[in-house]
Amino acid sequence: MHEMGIVLHLAKTLDQTAEEEKLTSIAKVVLQVGEVSGIITDLFTDCWDYFKPRHPVLRDCELVLETIPAVTWCDNCKQKYPTVKYGKECPYCHSGETWLLEGSECIIKEIEAE
Amino acid sequence: MKIIKLDASVTASNDQDAEALRARLRECGTLLVNVMSSAGAGKTTLLSRLICDMPERKIAVMEADIESDVDAKKIEALGATAVQVHTSGMCHMDAGMTTAAFDALEENDVDFAFLENVGNLICPAEYDTGAGVNLMLLSVPEGDDKPLKYPLMFQKSDALAITKTDALPYFTFNVEQCVARAKKLNPDIAVFPVCAKTGDGMGPLEDWLRARLQAWRNTI
Repeated sequence: MHEMGIVLHLAKTLDQTAEEEKLTSIAKVVLQVGEVSGIITDLFTDCWDYFKPRHPVLRDCELVLETIPAVTWCDNCKQKYPTVKYGKECPYCHSGETWLLEGSECIIKEIEAE
Repeated sequence: MKIIKLDASVTASNDQDAEALRARLRECGTLLVNVMSSAGAGKTTLLSRLICDMPERKIAVMEADIESDVDAKKIEALGATAVQVHTSGMCHMDAGMTTAAFDALEENDVDFAFLENVGNLICPAEYDTGAGVNLMLLSVPEGDDKPLKYPLMFQKSDALAITKTDALPYFTFNVEQCVARAKKLNPDIAVFPVCAKTGDGMGPLEDWLRARLQAWRNTI
């Protein structure tokens, strides 16, 4: 399952950060999830709830998900447009010479900890 | 309470593991080839053909599946070293799992280590396994529209093998169109139409792999 793998990596990264920064408990983690990252947030939250109690520093950690809108660049008419609404074809010039600028990422933005 | 800005990809720990494995493989002179495709595209058949066609090279295979050891048994029957990895339900291999699989091979003088990833066109493309080369397969029965539907794997692959070309007369698969679609996503992708069953078209792919091994060993 895709989400499970991502949560495993998230937990591992947070464990590492806690060790490096000598943190005893992480209260909050803010995750930025791209609109076309392929992550289903409901499933992601379920996986998170499963792994959280298994990592001592994450026991009381709140997960905050922020969405990064997906934006595509049209190489033909040099304009940006929202990916989810229009897909691969540029809504202005109908070219297929388009590239995703952002929206496929999954980034740990920040943590609150002590 | 303090706020720590991380701005790190969620797979950052995986990326570190991948770099560590690549450094180790470089020292061994082993080229790790991550083989990705959907289930049933012919990964094991292609690897079997490569093993038979390149007896001068020492080849090892890491078979990743959710269950069973049928693939590893097929490879071992050909005389190559194989390990079977069970991903316990996970849909892809990551760098940590690949490192564990490579350790399990217990071989330090392998020319090619092939990682036969879990059959899936989506998730395996998202994880760096530590491979030096990403090779993907698309079989003729799957259709030439797959670059449109699953772009990421085509973008991440160094080479595309279009497999089961002996089935071309029975399907509406347009090779030229498929290549054009793949090249649009990844202009540098090398494409090899092959039939692993008959060996048709395998020569250019094998030469490409040999050249990549040479290049891998020449760059420090």
